[in-house]
Amino acid sequence: MYGRALAPLALGTAAASAVAFGLVFFYAPLDADQGFIQKIFYLHVPMAIVALLGFLAGGVMAAMHLRTRDRVWDMRSYVAIHLSIILGLGVLVTGSIWAKASWGHWWVWDEPMLVSFLIVFLLYAVYQPLRFSIDDPGRQARYASVFAIAGAAFTVLNFVAVRMAAAYTHPRVFSQTGGNMPADMFLTFLVSLGAMALLFATLWTLELASKNAAERLRRVRRRLEREAEHAEAGERLARPEPAPPIRPAAASR
Amino acid sequence: MPALPLESAGAYVAAAYIVFLALVVIYVAIIGRKVGRLERELTELDDVTRDRER
Repeated sequence: MYGRALAPLALGTAAASAVAFGLVFFYAPLDADQGFIQKIFYLHVPMAIVALLGFLAGGVMAAMHLRTRDRVWDMRSYVAIHLSIILGLGVLVTGSIWAKASWGHWWVWDEPMLVSFLIVFLLYAVYQPLRFSIDDPGRQARYASVFAIAGAAFTVLNFVAVRMAAAYTHPRVFSQTGGNMPADMFLTFLVSLGAMALLFATLWTLELASKNAAERLRRVRRRLEREAEHAEAGERLARPEPAPPIRPAAASR
Repeated sequence: MPALPLESAGAYVAAAYIVFLALVVIYVAIIGRKVGRLERELTELDDVTRDRER
């Protein structure tokens, strides 16, 4: 089901990543203000955008699950959120490295963009413990879906609030009128974003293919066990019933 | 803050890209382990069905 899309996606990701890498280090000019350290931008920002979009996609898929009651949508939502958490961790670590190089600090608590992303990340860090604390699979999927929808709404709200707040030190590169950078840098950024989105799609498909195969295998195992039980019961019925053992009469008091 | 010299900036940039690469490699390794487990279970099931057919 998912395996067929995997090979073209993986090839596309490898090609796009190679092109992005070449553009970042051999084509895009050095930033006049930050110099070579600005190369982290082509990794950090696409990762943050794809992670946030992954959280949103997880919410949309969760809504599809609640609407259709099809467990496939819940699994898709779970994998999207799970991958976004991993990318989110990457965003926080690469952001810290960039902050240390640019601002001299690993973390700046009065910077809304950083703190808001940390809050979104911590919110979603609760998703997995919440999900796996519920044993009943139906309830687990329903509760996780409700959480995913609320989390997606919170992510949008958080993003809009930060954009509306006055930025202190975090640079605002993108505005409604477009990218605030030269064309060659913008092209490099777009290719990097495309490569990151393709990587997300590939890993999402890979994990779904693995989960789907595991689920089918479990079903085959259950079916085989049931068949074995039926065959055993049939054999027992076909055998003549042994005569009940003769019990000694109860002793009278 | 003024731009860092290339030698120091290079270390930070390399660290950021290595962190990203490590995350992807660890993720793929975890999925690979799961696929390995699936393969073992599949082999087990295959043996069970073959025994039944005999």
